[in-house]
Amino acid sequence: MGQQILNGVFVGSIYALFAVGYTLVFGVLDILNLAHQAVFMLSAFAALLLVSDAHLSLWAALPLAVVFGGLVGIALERLAFRPLRGRADSNISGLISSLAMATVFEAIALQIFGPDTSRFPQDTFPDRMIRIAGASASLLQLCIVGISVVLMALLTFLLARTRLGRQIRAVAESPRAARVLGIDIDRTIAMAFFLSSALGGAAGVLFGLAFNSISPDVGRSVELKGLAVIILGGMGSVPGAVIAGFALGIVEVFTVAHLGSSFRDAVSFAVLFLVLVARPRGLLGPAAAREA
Amino acid sequence: MAPARRWSLVVLLFVASAACKDKGGQAPAESTGAAAPAAAVIGASLSLTGPAAVYGAAQRAGIQAAVEDLAGSGTKLQVLIEDDASTKQEGITVFQKLINRDKVSAIIGPSLSNTASAADPLAQQAQVPVLAISNTAATGITDIGNFIWRDSLTEAQVIPGAFKKAQEKLKFKTAGVLYGNDDVFTKAGYDVMQKALADLKVQVLGTQTFAKPDRDYQAQLTQLIAPKPDVLVVSALADNASSIVAQARQLGWKGAILGGNGFNSPAFIKNAGPAADGVMVGTSWNSLSQDAANQKFLASMKKAGISPDQFSAQAYTGVMILAEAIRQSGGKTGREDIEAGLGKVKDFETPLGKFSFTPSRDAQHEPSVQQVKDGKFQIVP
Repeated sequence: MGQQILNGVFVGSIYALFAVGYTLVFGVLDILNLAHQAVFMLSAFAALLLVSDAHLSLWAALPLAVVFGGLVGIALERLAFRPLRGRADSNISGLISSLAMATVFEAIALQIFGPDTSRFPQDTFPDRMIRIAGASASLLQLCIVGISVVLMALLTFLLARTRLGRQIRAVAESPRAARVLGIDIDRTIAMAFFLSSALGGAAGVLFGLAFNSISPDVGRSVELKGLAVIILGGMGSVPGAVIAGFALGIVEVFTVAHLGSSFRDAVSFAVLFLVLVARPRGLLGPAAAREA
Repeated sequence: MAPARRWSLVVLLFVASAACKDKGGQAPAESTGAAAPAAAVIGASLSLTGPAAVYGAAQRAGIQAAVEDLAGSGTKLQVLIEDDASTKQEGITVFQKLINRDKVSAIIGPSLSNTASAADPLAQQAQVPVLAISNTAATGITDIGNFIWRDSLTEAQVIPGAFKKAQEKLKFKTAGVLYGNDDVFTKAGYDVMQKALADLKVQVLGTQTFAKPDRDYQAQLTQLIAPKPDVLVVSALADNASSIVAQARQLGWKGAILGGNGFNSPAFIKNAGPAADGVMVGTSWNSLSQDAANQKFLASMKKAGISPDQFSAQAYTGVMILAEAIRQSGGKTGREDIEAGLGKVKDFETPLGKFSFTPSRDAQHEPSVQQVKDGKFQIVP
C-alpha cells in the first residue's frame, strides 16, 4: 500500500510537471499546444546526447536540456502560433499547426535516433535504494519528485510575484487590456512558451531517466494523460494541474495494480468524465464567466 | 482530435517506411561450397537486412561452417543464400526465385515466422521441402503442409523443460507472473508458462499484465512482490523485458526472474545492465554440451572467427539434417528424395543434441536453461 502510493506520487510528479507547462500556454493563449509532447521527447533526447556523447554529468545536462526545451518552445511559437495570431480561427488553426509541428519533431527524432528505444548509460545516476516506512524508493525517484516539486514551486512564485508573471497573467486575462497597459504581448507570449516548454522538457528528461527508455513516440504516452490532467485541474490553472497530476498518478497505479493494465487509461478517463459531470470547470478552473 | 491523431500516425508510418525502404535492395545470391557436378543445391532465405538482420548474419555463419565441415568429410552440398530483408514480400520473391529459377532441392529458412507464414505455402505448392531453422511460432508453420519441417523448438517446447530445470536448481514453490496481454507472442508465452507452472505444482500468488507501449511497470511489480513469491515469471519482448527487470530490482526484488524467449537476446542484457544478473531463460542450444557434434560445431565457428549462438547452431544443424536426409535416401538429391529422407531422420547427433522430428515435423530435442551472470548468458549445468 505504502509502496503503491509512493509509485503513484512518483508517476504523478512527472504528469504534473508535464501538465503545468501545458496548462500555462492554454491559460495564456486559449490554445492547446499539441506539440508539447514532442518538446518533452526532444528534450529527453537532448539530455541523452549530452550525457552519452558529450559525457556531461547529469547535473550539467539537465539544465541544458531544459533550456533547450525552452528554446524549442520559442521556435514553436514563432513557427506554429505567431503567424496565425489574430486570425478569427486561430484557436483551431493553432491546434492543427501545433499537431503538424509535433509530427515534424517526431520525424526528425526518428531520422536521427531511429525507432528503437534509446537509454541513458548505466552509470548516469548512482544506484541507491532508500527505505521509507516499509516502502523502497531509489535515490533517483526521490530526486525526480524533488526536482518536479521545486520547478512547480518556482513557476508558481514566478507567476505570482515577478513582473513577467504579472505580464503573463495580464495577457491571459485580456490581451487587449494588456496591450493598452503597454505590455509587449508577443514577447510575453514567447516567454510563456519558453517557460511552458522548459517545464515540459524537464518532465521529458525526468521521464527518460525514471523509466530509462526514450523513443520518438515517448511523448504520446503522456500527451493524453497531460490533457486529462489539465482538464481535471481546470483549464489554465497551474495549481489545479499540480493537484490533478498527483491524483491521476495515484489513481493510475491503483487501477493497474488491482484491475489490470488494460484499465490503465480507462479508469483515468472515467474519473475525468465524472469530475467534469459534477464540476464542468475542473477542480480549480476559473469560473465560466470568463468565456465571454 | 481522434482523426487528427490518426493522420499523424499515418504520416509517421509513411516517414518510417520511407526511411527503412532503401535497405531492402536485392543483393546478389551468394554461393557457398564447391560447385562439383553431383552437389545437391539447397536454397536459404535469410534475413540479412532489416530488423532481423542480427539473426540472419548468425545463420549465414552457421550454414557456411556446416557446408565446409560437410565438404571436409566428403559430402558435397551447395547452398544459395538469399536475403529476404525480414519482410513477407521479399521472402515470397526469394522463394519464387529459388523454386523456379534455381530449381533447388530444398529450402532452409526463412528467418522469421512471419515471413514463413507467407512464403512457405509457395514451397508446399511446388512440393519443395522447407526446413525452418528459427521459426518458433507454435502454430502456422509446420501446419502449412507436409513439406514444411523445422529444427527450431517452439516456445511451447522450450519453456516447460527450462522451468523444470530451473526448479531443480532453485527449488521454488511459489511465483508471481507478469505478461504482455496485447501481443500474440507474449500472450502465447504466458499460456505455456501458466501450464508449465501448474504441471510443476508451483502456486501462482499473483498475475499482472502490461501493454507493449508501457514504460512504467512499478504498480504491477509492487503488487507481485508484496506476497513474497519465490520467483518472478515474465513473458515479454526484449525491449519491455529489460525495463521490467530493471524496475523489479529497483523495487528491491533480489530473487530469480524466469523469462520467455523474448529475453533471449544480447540486447536484453545490454539494456538491463547489472539488473539482468540472475535472470533465467530457456534455450534450445546448450553451448557447454560435450557431445562430439557440438564440439565440432564450436571448433568450426572458432576457425571462422565468429562467436556461436543459438541461431548459428540451429542453422548449422539445419544443413547437417538435410545432408543426413540425402544420406537416408541413398544419396539421391531430388525434392521428393529429400522429403522422404527427412522423414527417416531419427536420434541424429547434432550440436543441439540428439535430434528427431515429431510426427507433425517439428523439432524434438532436449532444451537447456541459461542464466545471466556477470553480464553474459551462461548455461546452467
